[in-house]
Amino acid sequence: MTNYLLFVALPYASLFIFLIGSIYRYRNRGFSVSSYSSQFLEGRRLFWGSQPFHWGLFVLFFGHLIAFLFPKSVLAWNGEPVRLLILEITAFAFGLSAFVGVLLLVQRRLTNRRIQIVTSKMDVVVFIILLVQIISGLLVAYHNRWGSSWFAAFVTPYLRSIFVFDPQMDAIASVDSLSLKIHVVSAFTLIAFIPFTRFMHFLVYPLDYTWRSYQQVIWNWNRKRIRTSRSHSEGRKSTNN
Amino acid sequence: MDIRSQIAMVFHLDKCIGCHTCSIACKNIWTDRKGAEYMWWNNVETKPGTGYPTKWEDQEIYKGGWEKNGDTVSLKGAGKFKGLKNIFHNPHLPVLDDYYEPWTYKYQDLFTAPEGNDQPTARPVSLVTGEHVDVQSGPNWDDDLGGSPDYARQDVNLDKLTAAEQEAMFQLERMTFFYLPRICNHCLNPACVASCPSGAIYKRGEDGIVLINQQRCRAWRMCVTACPYKKTYYNWHTGKSEKCVLCYPRLESGQAPACFHSCVGRIRYLGPLLYDADKIEQAAAAPEDQLVDAQMDIYLDPFDPEIIRQAKENGIADSTIEAAQRSPVWKFVKEWKLALPLHPEFRTLPNLFYVPALLPTMAKVNDGVYDSTGKSLWNGVESNRLPMRYLASLFSAGNTEKIVAVMKRLMAVRTHRRSVTVGDTSREEAAAALEEAGIDADTADAIFRLTSLATFDERFVIPAAHREESIEMLESTADVKGSTGFGFKERPQRGL
Repeated sequence: MTNYLLFVALPYASLFIFLIGSIYRYRNRGFSVSSYSSQFLEGRRLFWGSQPFHWGLFVLFFGHLIAFLFPKSVLAWNGEPVRLLILEITAFAFGLSAFVGVLLLVQRRLTNRRIQIVTSKMDVVVFIILLVQIISGLLVAYHNRWGSSWFAAFVTPYLRSIFVFDPQMDAIASVDSLSLKIHVVSAFTLIAFIPFTRFMHFLVYPLDYTWRSYQQVIWNWNRKRIRTSRSHSEGRKSTNN
Repeated sequence: MDIRSQIAMVFHLDKCIGCHTCSIACKNIWTDRKGAEYMWWNNVETKPGTGYPTKWEDQEIYKGGWEKNGDTVSLKGAGKFKGLKNIFHNPHLPVLDDYYEPWTYKYQDLFTAPEGNDQPTARPVSLVTGEHVDVQSGPNWDDDLGGSPDYARQDVNLDKLTAAEQEAMFQLERMTFFYLPRICNHCLNPACVASCPSGAIYKRGEDGIVLINQQRCRAWRMCVTACPYKKTYYNWHTGKSEKCVLCYPRLESGQAPACFHSCVGRIRYLGPLLYDADKIEQAAAAPEDQLVDAQMDIYLDPFDPEIIRQAKENGIADSTIEAAQRSPVWKFVKEWKLALPLHPEFRTLPNLFYVPALLPTMAKVNDGVYDSTGKSLWNGVESNRLPMRYLASLFSAGNTEKIVAVMKRLMAVRTHRRSVTVGDTSREEAAAALEEAGIDADTADAIFRLTSLATFDERFVIPAAHREESIEMLESTADVKGSTGFGFKERPQRGL
């Protein structure tokens, strides 16, 4: 029953909250969607925390995505032990980088008075989820080798079953690794919290900046139509100011 | 040719008395809010000085503006590659301490302090943390400190002067200075717009005002770096960037922006200029010594029938064309060539022009002897208190010829009016000065009139905004009766 709650009910609840919540917040509460950068209040320590943290997560996120989407290619790559080692060590290094980064960010937030002022309750939640997620991930990588290979056997089928609405939790529930279970549960918790926290900002990553033109001009009027409008009358300004 | 209209501005620096009334008018309307206390969309600096934020002109530090890149320009510290690469930490972002930590005083302590031997005091407290602060700097900390080592001598523009020139500048009782009021320039080639990864910043087509869409800003904070004038500000509380909006709700209802309206010295002029949007890139990429001329070429003669025809074809309202003809900015900038853009070498094509301060000398101290035996009342512009090269560094990208020409015209107007009203300079002398400056007596009188006697309606020529049309284009006004207007539908608070 617990397994069912954690590995079937929670994922669906999370994905549902994530979808509806994110769309609602983006459309109706646009003003609140922001990365809430605090670099303006403190810049130097942010550099040592934010850079390793974000780049670490950035690489790991795509690593997980590739392992989920193309498990066979990853297995093929891992056919050579050297290549497996390179992959695992690289991934672990980025995990450590994210871990060190988040620790420095937590320390900065706890000790800098200005940053404390702009820390909300939800920011605390964000940090707890991130710590659990990153620590459990590192433990899995260290104790249950080699994740890039067994991911295809245990995690990919489970995740796929979730997304095709035919949940099969046996593979994941039978794994004898508490840290892996925590990692999965906390991942879905993180997804559920996206619409309620500053996690939102990664959804609005400005990818469209790469193809849009640099300058942006917005017209309120339809210029040509106003010009030809017959009913158009010239505005007159009051003269009493 | 793509003719558009731009609300442009002129500040006459000879008239600025440095009273900061403009700054206060703006602060009271726009930035008296949490997270915005440190922002001065309008600020007044003393030049020479380091300004606000400290040393904003030094692009070696802040990497603002554009740099020439062949036939085009590219952003110095932002842009597609640099912007997305530095999105997790922007190395060129000024932090709060580069501006100042805003503070208030604990006035309540004056009433609630227990009885004692000392007078109760209102201690300063930070508006960021709420804790006691030892106030170290403020937005106008260099006010009037023309000769100070901390401020005036740190002025970035002094780098272009020789040591002797610098000494001469500070010689006269160390009192050579003038005021430089600054607001957003609402540039034709705005670096903030180009640098915004989320596309929240845009230029309004109708009047050229540059605005930040608060719903779309995501605090990537590249605009703060990209604006070389440091006129976009990051609100640390709401996590959104903000900037001068040129009081567009006032403009749309025919009123002058608050800083313009409140200006005690009446130094400010505002009116539309017609310009050719197709020439922007070419002008922005002009060689440094031709930048001012290239920018001036963009602005079009609103009296030319062919320009009027094309402007109408491009949808510019008759009221706007008529306003462009009456525009005081057209007169100062194009007709009389008295006003120059601030730091054109940033290549943003700013639409705020300055008539530089004349500051002539009537006498010199030679070996302790006060010598006022010049040939004329004022010595030539070359012996003005501010070296031409200093002014050129501010207003013409180092092109001294431009500054000297402006100075000669200003001086000629002064000499001419002196001969008319006081009579201690001869008519011949005035006529010679006018001829050298290339203007006639009627023009000089017109310059004098608009400079000194202009009424409200002459200083501010605001074309009708035709809001009624723009709203009807977007939505049926009946549907939104009682709900249109200016303001937030949701509270501007942080997070959820």
